[in-house]
Amino acid sequence: MAAGQAYSEEKGGSSSLGEPEYGHDPASGGIFSSDYKRHDDLKEMLDSNKDSLKLEAMKRIVAMIARGKNASDLFPAVVKNVACKNIEVKKLVYVYLVRYAEEQQDLALLSISTFQRGLKDPNQLIRASALRVLSSIRVPIIVPIMMLAIKEAASDMSPYVRKTAAHAIPKLYSLDSDQKDQLIEVIEKLLADKTTLVAGSVVMAFEEVCPERIDLIHKNYRKLCNLLIDVEEWGQVVIINMLTRYARTQFLSPNQNESLLEDSAEKAFYGSDEEDTKDDKAEATSLVKRKPYVMDPDHRLLLRNTKPLLQSRNAAVVMAVAQLYFHLAPKAEVGVIAKALVRLLRSHSEVQYVVLQNVATMSIKRRGMFEPYLKSFYIRSTDPTQIKILKLEVLTNLANETNISTILREFQTYIRSMDKDFVAATIQAIGRCATNIGKVRDTCLNGLVQLLSNRDELVVAESVVVIKKLLQMQPAQHSEIIKHMAKLTDNIQVPMARASILWLIGEYCEHVPKIAPDVLRKMAKSFTNEEDIVKLQVINLAAKLYLTNSKQSKLLTQYVLNLAKYDQNYDIRDRARFIRQLIVPTEKSGALNKYAKKLFLAQKPAPILESSFKDRDHFQLGSLSHLLNAKAVGYQELPDWPDEAPDPSVRNVEVPEWTKCTSREKRKEKVEKPFYSDSEGESGPTESADSEPESVSEESETSSSEGSSSSGSEEEEEGSGDQSEDKEEEEKRKKKKEKEAPRKASLESAGSPSEEEEEEGVKKGKKKKQQQERKGCGETSSEEASASESSSSESDSGSEAQESPAEVETKRRKAPASTKPSPRATTAGPKEISLLDLDDFTPPPPQPVPSSNIVSSSLVTDLEGLTLTDTSLAPALLSPVFGSVRTYELLHRMTGEGLSVEYCFSRRPFPHDPHMVAVQIQISNNTDAEVKSLRISEPKPLSGMRIQEFPEIESLAPGDTASVVMGIDFCDSTQAANFQLCTHTRHFYVSIQPPVGELMAPVFMSENEFKKEQGKLTGMSEITEKLTLPEKCRSDHAIVQQVTSAANVGRVPCGADNEYRFAAKTVTSGSLVLITLEKREGAAAQLTVNSEKMVIGTMLVKDIVQALVQ
Amino acid sequence: MIHSLFLINASGDIFLEKHWKSVVSRSVCDYFFEAQERASEAENVPPVIPTPHHYLLSVYRHKIFFVAVIQTEVPPLFVIEFLHRVVDTFQDYFGVCSEVMIKDNVVVVYEVLEEMLDNGFPLATESNILKELIKPPTILRTVVNTITGSTNVGDQLPTGQLSVVPWRRTGVKYTNNEAYFDVIEEIDAIIDKSGSTITAEIQGVIDACVKLTGMPDLTLSFMNPRLLDDVSFHPCVRFKRWESERILSFIPPDGNFRLLSYHVSAQNLVAIPVYVKHNISFRDGSSLGRFEITVGPKQTMGKTIEGVMVASQMPKGVLNMSLTPSQGTHIFDPVTKLLSWDVGKINPQKLPSLKGTMSLQAGASKPDENPTINLQFKIQQLAISGLKVNRLDMYGEKYKPFKGIKYMTKAGKFQVRT
Repeated sequence: MAAGQAYSEEKGGSSSLGEPEYGHDPASGGIFSSDYKRHDDLKEMLDSNKDSLKLEAMKRIVAMIARGKNASDLFPAVVKNVACKNIEVKKLVYVYLVRYAEEQQDLALLSISTFQRGLKDPNQLIRASALRVLSSIRVPIIVPIMMLAIKEAASDMSPYVRKTAAHAIPKLYSLDSDQKDQLIEVIEKLLADKTTLVAGSVVMAFEEVCPERIDLIHKNYRKLCNLLIDVEEWGQVVIINMLTRYARTQFLSPNQNESLLEDSAEKAFYGSDEEDTKDDKAEATSLVKRKPYVMDPDHRLLLRNTKPLLQSRNAAVVMAVAQLYFHLAPKAEVGVIAKALVRLLRSHSEVQYVVLQNVATMSIKRRGMFEPYLKSFYIRSTDPTQIKILKLEVLTNLANETNISTILREFQTYIRSMDKDFVAATIQAIGRCATNIGKVRDTCLNGLVQLLSNRDELVVAESVVVIKKLLQMQPAQHSEIIKHMAKLTDNIQVPMARASILWLIGEYCEHVPKIAPDVLRKMAKSFTNEEDIVKLQVINLAAKLYLTNSKQSKLLTQYVLNLAKYDQNYDIRDRARFIRQLIVPTEKSGALNKYAKKLFLAQKPAPILESSFKDRDHFQLGSLSHLLNAKAVGYQELPDWPDEAPDPSVRNVEVPEWTKCTSREKRKEKVEKPFYSDSEGESGPTESADSEPESVSEESETSSSEGSSSSGSEEEEEGSGDQSEDKEEEEKRKKKKEKEAPRKASLESAGSPSEEEEEEGVKKGKKKKQQQERKGCGETSSEEASASESSSSESDSGSEAQESPAEVETKRRKAPASTKPSPRATTAGPKEISLLDLDDFTPPPPQPVPSSNIVSSSLVTDLEGLTLTDTSLAPALLSPVFGSVRTYELLHRMTGEGLSVEYCFSRRPFPHDPHMVAVQIQISNNTDAEVKSLRISEPKPLSGMRIQEFPEIESLAPGDTASVVMGIDFCDSTQAANFQLCTHTRHFYVSIQPPVGELMAPVFMSENEFKKEQGKLTGMSEITEKLTLPEKCRSDHAIVQQVTSAANVGRVPCGADNEYRFAAKTVTSGSLVLITLEKREGAAAQLTVNSEKMVIGTMLVKDIVQALVQ
Repeated sequence: MIHSLFLINASGDIFLEKHWKSVVSRSVCDYFFEAQERASEAENVPPVIPTPHHYLLSVYRHKIFFVAVIQTEVPPLFVIEFLHRVVDTFQDYFGVCSEVMIKDNVVVVYEVLEEMLDNGFPLATESNILKELIKPPTILRTVVNTITGSTNVGDQLPTGQLSVVPWRRTGVKYTNNEAYFDVIEEIDAIIDKSGSTITAEIQGVIDACVKLTGMPDLTLSFMNPRLLDDVSFHPCVRFKRWESERILSFIPPDGNFRLLSYHVSAQNLVAIPVYVKHNISFRDGSSLGRFEITVGPKQTMGKTIEGVMVASQMPKGVLNMSLTPSQGTHIFDPVTKLLSWDVGKINPQKLPSLKGTMSLQAGASKPDENPTINLQFKIQQLAISGLKVNRLDMYGEKYKPFKGIKYMTKAGKFQVRT
C-alpha cells in the first residue's frame, strides 16, 4: 500500500530530484524519460569503483528518502554495496535497506549473508550493528535467522551486544508473534543481566512482548531497584512504569488503614497506625484480623531508590517517579513529588501541558500537596490558552476557605484578559469555587451579576450560564437577579445564555409572576428566528407558565405550540406534541394530565460543578491514556492492591555471585536514609506528638542499617581484594597504613569499645565469607538485606527467622547500635583513601556499571559512597556559611623556636566524628632545618573532652607550610583543650580555647519549626539583650555577616522584614541554639537567644552583641 | 514506541520524514493540520492528538512542528522530552535549528536520527556520543571532505557507548585547558497594578563550558548551598555527594552542557531589581488614550541594568500610538497590536520613559482590559539570589586548568499588570 502510494508520488516528485524543491505536486509528472535517466545516473555512480561517487549517490538517495520520495527502483544497485569498505557508504546503505527491504524482500535476502558474517566479527560494535540492521529488516523469511542471532547475542560477552539483542526482541515479535514463547525465554535470560546498559532495553522488550508475565520480574525486582539510578534516562522511565504495575500486584496498600484516620485527617499515617496497634492489643485479641500494616521492605526499597530520580533533568523521568509515588507511596510521603512537578512547569509548553494535566488529577485527590505552590500556578498573559485553562483548573482544585480570597482576586484580573476563551473558563472556575465553598457564594454571585453588564457578549453569556447553576441552589433569595436576567433577553444573542435565562424564568416563574408572561410574549414573537435549544426552552417556559398562570398565558402557549408543531426540527415538533398532550386536558389524555404540574415543577437537584479531571486517576498517571482520558492501544491497566500480600519470598535471589550488588544496595540504603527520615520529619507537627515506639524503631533502623552497611564495606573490601588481588595489593597496603594511624589514635583517646567490636567484625566478616563461599554467598547477603530492612519495623521477628550466620550478623549489627558514633570513626578511614588516592586511581566513574570487569573502579565508588555517610546521618545539619575565617595563634614563632602554628575553625563538619569541632591547623616551619615527626602527644583533656589528633607529619621542609585538621570534642564548654605538640626534638605545651560561636553547627529549619522550638525554650533558657546598631551595621547583609562570623549558625527564613533568625545545634549534645535579632525603630535592636545551655546562651549573646556593635 | 517523525514548517509542508518501524503514510498528518487549523495560534495546537489508528505527539520549536507518530500507549512526556532532545541536538550540531539548516544538512540529520532511536526506542541521545558517531559539519570539514573524499561519519568505532561515563567522549585533548561556568538566574515575577509583588521566584542554571584534557573529576562547592531549594542535575553529577555534602562532584561532558538547574526557595524574599511606573488610560467617548511608562532601578546591588526591553500587547481597539521615548527605540505594530520598546541601559539619574497618546477606534467603547507589560533585562556580575561559588577543584589530572565563573541575572517571565 505504502509502495503504491509512494510510487505515484515519485512520478511527480522525483523530477525535481536534487533541487531544493520540497513540495510534491502530482501534476508535473510529465517528464518520464528524464526521470529514469536521472536514476540511471545514480545507478552508474553506485556501480563505479570510486567511493566518493558512491557516497555522493547514496547521499542523494537518502535525501530523497528523507523527503518522502520513492527510491525503491534503485534497490538492486544499492544492495550491491552492502559490503562496501567505506563506512559512511555502508551506513547509508543500511539506512536504505531498512527502509525498503520490506517492499523488495527477495532482493533484500542478498544482503543477509553480509550481516551473518558481521555477527561473528570479533569487534563488539560490528556485531551489534550487524544485529541491529538484520533485525530491522522486516522480511518474514529470515525470522529463523533472526531468532538464532538474537539468542546468540543474548549470551554475548559484550553488554552492548546484549543490549542490541534486547532491542531486537520487539522487532522480531512485531514481525512474527508466533515466536513469543521463544522470545520470552530470551527476555527471561536478559532480565537476569546485571548491567545497567541492558536493563532498560530488556524491560522495554518485556513491556512490548509479555507485560502479563509479571512472574518474570520477581527474581529481578531487587536488582532492578538497585540498578535504577545508573540506568540511562529513557530506560529509567520504562522500568519505573513497569515497577509501578508490579508493586501494585505484589504489595499491600500502604493506605489501607485510611478509614481509621478519617476523624483526624491531619494525623501522620505512621503514628496513628502505631497507636492503633496498641489499642488493639489492649482491647482484645478478637481484632487480630486487622493486622497492623507493615510495609514490605521491597516496597520501601522501590520508594527509596526512585526518590533521587526526582532530581533528574529529564521531565519524563520526574513524571514517572511522581506517578510511582502517587500510586504507591503512603499518603504522608506523596508530598515530596510536588516540588519536582512544579519545577517542570518552567519547561517547554508541551511539557507544561502534560504535567498540568497530571497535576490537575492529583490536586483533586491530594489537595494539600500543591497548596504551598499555589502561586506557581498563577497565570501570565503570555501563556498559551491551553496552558491557561489547565492552570485555572488546578487553581480551582486548590481553592479552599483559607485561600479563596487570594484566588478570587487573581480571577478578577483574569476576567479582564483579552483572551476570551480564557475569560469564559475563568467564569466557570468562579462558579465552581462558589459551589464548593459556601462562604464565598454570595460574593461570587454578585461578581458574576456585575459581569452581566460587561460589554463582551461571550462574557455575559458565560456568566448567565454559571449564574443559572448557582441560583438553582438557593433561588428564593435571588428574584432580583432573575429579574435582571430577564431584561437581558433583549440583548444577549448567545443561544446557550438565552436558553439558560428562559429555563430560569420558567423554573422560578412563581418568584417573578409579573415578568414571566411578558418574557414569553417576547419570545413567542421571535420564536421562528431562535436557535433550537432556545426554542425548546421557550416551549418549556410556555408549559410551565400554562400550569402556574394559565389565565395570562393560555393563548400564548397555544400559539407557541402551534409554531413548534410546524418547526423544521423534529425534536421540537416532538416536544410540542408531547407537551400539548401533557398539559392541555382533553378526553384522551389520561391520568398523567393531573400530575403535569408535579412533573414540570418538581424540585430539581442543584447541579454539581465538577472538575473534568475527577476520577481520571484510575488511569495510571503520566500515561497517554490518562492524558486522553480514554484507553489507548496497549495500555496496561493499573491493577488494584491485592487484599492479601502474595508471598514475598519469591523475590529472594539465590544466584551466587551477588555480594557485589548487595553491598551496593546497602550502601544506597544508607545514603538514602536521610530521605526517609526527612520525609518522616516533614509530616509535620503531629510527628513530635507521635507515639514513642515509632521513633524508637526508626532509630534502631538507622543504627542497624548503619551497622550493616559498614560491615558491608568491610566485606566489600575483602571481597574485591580477593578478586583482583594483584591489582589492588599496592593500594591496599597504602590504605592500611593510613587507616591504622587514626584508628589507633581514636582507640587511645576515645577508647570506645566498639572499636574492637568493629575489628572483630572484620574478622567475622572474613569468617562469614568463608561460610558464604560454601553456602552460596548470595543467599546470605540477600537475606541480610531483607533483615536490615525488616528490622525497621519488627526487628526481632525479622532476625529471629534467620539462619545462623545471619544471626551472628544481626547481633554484630546491634552491638554498634548502642555506641553510635564509633562506626563512623572507622568509615573515616576509607574516606581519606578515596580522596588521596584519586590521582592514582583511574578516575572513579560516577555511575558505575557493576559488570565484573571493572572491579577497581566500582570499588572506588563504593568507598566513595561510604565517605558520604558522616554528614548524611544528620540530615538537617548544613554545611556552614563561610564568613571571614579568623585565625588564632597556637604557637608563636619565637616560643616555638622557628616553628609557628596557627589554627582556625574551619566550620566544616569533622568527618571522623560529628561530635567534634574541626580545627584546622597551619604549621609553618621557619627554621632552616627540617622538622620531623610532627605530632600531638599526651593530650590532657578535661573530663569528657576528647581529642582526635591529626595524622603525624613525617617531615616538614624549611620554609614549608603544612595544613592539617584535628577534631576536638569540647563538650559544649569553652574550656581550653590542652595538649602537647611534639617534634622529633622538642615538646610544646599548647592549648586551644574555642569561642562559643564555634561550638555549634548550623541547622536548617523552617520558620514554623523555629517558632515551635522557640516556644519550648522560654523562661530560663531565654536571654535577651538590647543593643544599638552602629551605622555601618544596619543593612541586612552586614547583620547577617556579622552574626554568622561570630557564631557558626544558619539563617532561618523569616517572613518579617525587620527580623533575623538563625539556628544551630551545639556540636556535642546537639541542643538547639536559636537566635533572633529584631530591628526596632532607628538603630535600636533586640537580640534574643534561646538555648537550654544557659552558659552558652549568655556567652553567645555577649559575643554577638560585640560583633554587631563593633 | 516512536514510529515515525515528520517535520512540518510554518506553511504546512512536510519537509522531512523518518520512519523507525514500518512506513506510516504521511497522510496521517492531515489530522494534525486539522487540529492546527482549529487552534488559532501555533502554540495552541494540542501536543497530543488522537487519530483512529495513531497518536500524534508534537512539539513546536523554531517555527517547526516536530510530529511524532506512535501507535501504542507510551508516556507522552517520554516522547515530548525526546523530541525536545532532538531539537537540542540539531541546535548543537548546526548552531541553529531552522528549516533551511535541516534541508541543507539533510543527510547528517537523517543519520543522526537513525542513531538516536532504534526501533523507536532511544539509543544514543548524548550529544557527546552522537558527535563521535557522526561528526557535525563545519566549513573546514566540508572543504576537506570535498577535496579528500573523506566523510562525516566517524571512522573509529564509537567507544563512548560502551564507556561507564557515557556522556564524555574518550581521548579528549586540549592545549588550553579551561573550565568556565555561567551562573544565570532568571526572575519570574508578576507585579500587580500598584507595584506590589504577587509572585516572584528565582530560577537559576549553571551552564558550563568545559574543555579539559583526559578524564578530569571536578568538584564545585558553593558558599551558601542552602539557597538552592530544588535542583535538577546533569546525569554526570553524583547525587549522593550532593545529598550529604552539598558539593557538586562530577566528571564533566566535553564542551557545553547544563550542569545544574535550581530553584531558590520561595520563602526567601526576592529582590526585584526594577520597577515600572505606568499610566495607561482610556477615556470613554474619546478616541484618544494616554500612555506613559517609566522604568527605574530598584534593588540592584549597585549594578547597572542593561538590555532592557519592554513589550506589551495592546488591546484590539488601539489603532495607533504616537509615542516619544526619552531613550531607545520603539515600534508599534498596528496589525498584531504589539508595542515593543528597546530601552537599553538604565541610567538612574535620568530614568527612561515612553510617553504619548494612543488613538482608538472611533466610536468603539473603551477597552475594558489594560495591557500587561512584559519586561526583559540583564544584570551582569550579579546573581540576585546571592548564590556564590566557593571553589572549583580538579582531581584525576595533573595539569592546572583555567577556571572562570560568571554571574548574570536576567528577567525570566517578568510581567507587570496594569
